[in-house]
This record gives sequence, C-alpha cells and structure tokens, in this order.
Amino acid sequence: MSELFSSTLTEIAQSVQSQKRSAVEVTQATLERISALNPEINAYLYVDREGALAAAAAVDRALQDNPGQSFPLAGVPIGIKDNLCTRGVRTTCASKILEGYIPPYDAHVVQQLRAAGAVLVGKLNLDEFAMGSSNENSAFGVVRNPWDRARTPGGSSGGAAAATALGLGFATLGSDTGGSVRQPASYCGVTAIKPTYGRVSRFGLIAFASSLDQVGPLTRNMRDGARLLSVIAGPDPRDATSAVVPVADYEAECGRDVRGLRVGVVKNITEGCQPAVAAAFQTAVEQLSKRLGCEIVEVELPHQRYALSVYYIVANAEASSNLARFDGMRYGLRVTGEELQNTYRKSRAAGFGAEVKRRIMLGTYVLSAGYYDALYLKAQKVRTLIRDDYAKAFAHCDVLLTPTAPSPAFKLGEIADPLAMYMQDIFTLPPSLAGIPAVSVPCGVSPEGLPLGLQLCAPHFEETRLVRLGHAYETVSGFKSLASAS
Amino acid sequence: MGSSRISIADVKHVAKLAALQLSDAEEARMEAELNTILAHMDELSEVDVSSVTPTLHSVVAAGALRPDVVLPSLSREELLQAAPAREADGFAVPKVLDGDG
Repeated sequence: MSELFSSTLTEIAQSVQSQKRSAVEVTQATLERISALNPEINAYLYVDREGALAAAAAVDRALQDNPGQSFPLAGVPIGIKDNLCTRGVRTTCASKILEGYIPPYDAHVVQQLRAAGAVLVGKLNLDEFAMGSSNENSAFGVVRNPWDRARTPGGSSGGAAAATALGLGFATLGSDTGGSVRQPASYCGVTAIKPTYGRVSRFGLIAFASSLDQVGPLTRNMRDGARLLSVIAGPDPRDATSAVVPVADYEAECGRDVRGLRVGVVKNITEGCQPAVAAAFQTAVEQLSKRLGCEIVEVELPHQRYALSVYYIVANAEASSNLARFDGMRYGLRVTGEELQNTYRKSRAAGFGAEVKRRIMLGTYVLSAGYYDALYLKAQKVRTLIRDDYAKAFAHCDVLLTPTAPSPAFKLGEIADPLAMYMQDIFTLPPSLAGIPAVSVPCGVSPEGLPLGLQLCAPHFEETRLVRLGHAYETVSGFKSLASAS
Repeated sequence: MGSSRISIADVKHVAKLAALQLSDAEEARMEAELNTILAHMDELSEVDVSSVTPTLHSVVAAGALRPDVVLPSLSREELLQAAPAREADGFAVPKVLDGDG
C-alpha cells in the first residue's frame, strides 16, 4: 500500500493507461485508505464507493477495448470539494441549508475530470460556502491537519488540502476566492494552483463571489497540478466569464530552465510574519537566486495593504447577492413560517452558520442605500489600484514571490476574532482581486515541524511561468511531502 | 467614513433586507463584530480615488459566448426532485397574497 501511495498522479495515470495496474485496484486501495484514515481527520464528507468503483471499471473496460485511447487521468482517484456539483452525488457546501441536496448535473470541471478518466471518490469538507480560513465553519465538523491533528488544515478547501497531504486520493479539486486553495495547501504541505480568473469554467461551482471564484487543483507536486490544470482549463459556453484563450501544455514546463527569470520581491514583505515564515522565505529567495540562477528584483505594491478591506467589501457584497437564492423554495432546507417572507427568514436563519450570516449582513450593508458609494464603489476603485500595482510590477519581473500565509497552521479554536482570522489571507487576497494566477508550493517546515508555503504570482494567463518556476523550486527546496514520508 | 457605524436598529434593518431572522443575542454580536470590521475598512478613506475607475472585470479577455440557440435543459422532473415541497408539476410555496386572491 505504501508503495502505491508514494506514487505521483502522473505515475498512477501512466500505469493504468498502460494496463500495468487496473483502475479498480487503485480505486479499491484508495477507498480502503480513506476508510482507515478519514475518521481521524474528517476530510471527506461523503465517499462515493459505488460510483468510484463503477467509474474505475469503466476506465479499465475502455482501455481493454481500445488501448490506444488516451486518458490523461486514467484511473486516478480524485476528491472533489463539496461546493462543486456532482450529478446524483450529494453536494452540501458544508451547510445545513443544502444538507441532502443532490444536484441533477455535473460542474464543468467534474465533466472534464470524468472524460479524462479520473475516478471521483468523494466530496470534501470545507468552510460553509467556502467562507473561512480554518475549516472551522463547516456545519459537519472540523477537519484536522494531518501534520498535527490539534491544528487547522486551513480553509476554505481544508478537506481538499488535508486529503491530498495524507494520500486520500492522488489529487483534489478545490475552489479559491481569496486564498482558499493556496492557504490550506501551505498549512498542509501540498501544492495548489489558483488559475487566472476565467481560465477555468465556474459552471456548477456553487457561487460565493462571482468576480473572484476560481476552481484549482491541490496536488503533492507541481507536475501533477500541471496535468490537472490542463484537463480543467479552457473556455466553456456555459460560463460567459470563461476566457477564450488557448490552453498551454503546462506539464511541458516542468524541467524547463529558469535561469535569468526575473523574480520580484517586495521589500520587507515578511514584516509581521512569524519568524519561521520570514526565515523560510529568505531561504527560498536565496535558493532561487544561487541554485536556480533567477534574477531577484525589488518591486513595489503600495496598495496591497488595502486588499483585506477591499476584499471583504467586494466578496461579501457578491456573496449576499449570490446566497439570496437559498430561500427554501426550490431546494434545500425549508422552515415553514406563517407566510412567505417569514418562511424565507426562518429557513435562512436555521440553514446558515454564524460566519455566513455575518458575511451576508456585511455584504447587504455595503450594498444598501447610503453606503454603496462610500464602501462598495470605493472598494472597486481601490481594487483598480491594486490591479495597476501588479501591472507596474510585472514590467520589471516575470514572477512575483511572497509567503503564502503569515504563519504555519494555527491550533483549532486559537483564533476567535473574525478580523484576525481574515488576516490569514493577507498574501493571497491581492492576486485574487487582480484576477492573476498564483500557486502555493511547500517551502520547508517550521521549528515545530509544520509545513510552510511560498506563493508565486504571474500576469494574467501566464500559468506556464508558475509551473516552470514552481517545479524548478521543488527540485531544490528539499521539502518532503507527508504521504511519501509515511 | 467615520459615520458608517452600525446601531442595533441598523442591524435589524439590514437583517430584514437580507431576509435573515436573527435572535437578540445574534443581533448584539452582529452589531459588535460589524462595527469592528467596518472600523478596519475606514482605512480606505486615506486612498485618493478621485480619478480612478472601478474594476468591474479583473481580467480583460474575450468571454465564451455561445450561439443563441436553444439547447436541451434539465427536465422539470429532475429539478423538482430537490424541492422541499411540491404539488403536481410545481414547487409548493407558502401563501403569498392575503385574501382569496
């Protein structure tokens, strides 16, 4: 079992494609591992044993019938964050308001995975409606960090990051609105890609903030992530914001030379970070410069400090509007009152958790009469300044480097203040607001043995640079992933 | 933006707009937390945006518009499967109008 689970996604796909291993055998072993280990960390909310085995058998049959047919994800067991719709398989957003909801259709990315030969093993825990940075906002229990079970896996894709780290599937799909694949990847020692806004269709991703949401892969290395990105990227007529821009061969970037690549670093970027984060970041900069031959250049992002305020105005405004659809009429929880309005209010009161209510309230407030100009419109203007900062910075560098999070994973229950929790996302929010692609790659461990992450950002649609540099960095970082170590 | 502070009356008003029924304890907590968060957002008042246009789309790229033709969609039966309550071929909802309507 351990040999199988130290294999990478691309190795599994290759072995199933060439019929050295069967998809059913890989899937069975993965389901057994999930049964054994998931109860300790609560990463999966639902395991679709039957569906997974049927999908695996179908891949094996297709390959027996026609070995020439190529499946980039042949027989690869993959977990899906539970805010992505899966036809006939429960999808809850970790919210009581959607408890028991069974979508009649697949998200675009789910269709893409199936067509590529992947085996969907189950649905992954998250902060309710992807709102949170610790996975403590799930209505169905916290997820525990596989590196230290007293700690958070991060959020909102906490289940996805924890499952990936522990080898409960060879990859997972998460979603990222302000850092929700990158920050948990950092906390759990895995790799995550937040694509350019529009790079991946949002069709079937249950909306949180529509101008920010993107689906992204979480994997144990950059090559696996590149493979997955190639499968899910590209235009989709069902999402008018998905961009008609050619999809590159991301995997081909792995192994390409990064000598002379200009890497931008903001002066004093680690001020306010925990010392271990600052030290690991400094080491990474030196490795990029001395071992990989990158040119380090200093850049400025003067408006980055306003990102948190801008984000929590814009994202919550959009969320308050998006979540209006949960009213107990067509799907989800209904608590019947005396009349219609009252039924809405009671259903939403019973169905939403505290953080979701807080964000709906804040979003409704900033859009309400008298505050729209002062808060919402103002935030959208400062957002322009944040975008412009990147445009200026990328005139001097090819890739921008920051830590992914200001600290390693904190203890469950440690942060109670909402604003302090939001601070966990200070590095991941600005790229989201600008719509630029960003990845988090593991960059060492803290003195207490917790993984840390490095964030790489590039201009719109330049994911190739992130894969190239991320992969090159992986070869010198010396980081050992949890599943391959155990 | 120092005036953008929330009272309990504001909380009640916004909760009504948001169709959320809050308990007294939730209202009190919401007042405190929203005030803290909004106080932090006051920092935006230092930024001069007099000549800045708002960002409506963060990425400028041609979107995937589809031809304007009718395609098959989900059946009524599939969609009604998720209904909390149904009557015949529709979603059953509480009474909307007073009287015999």
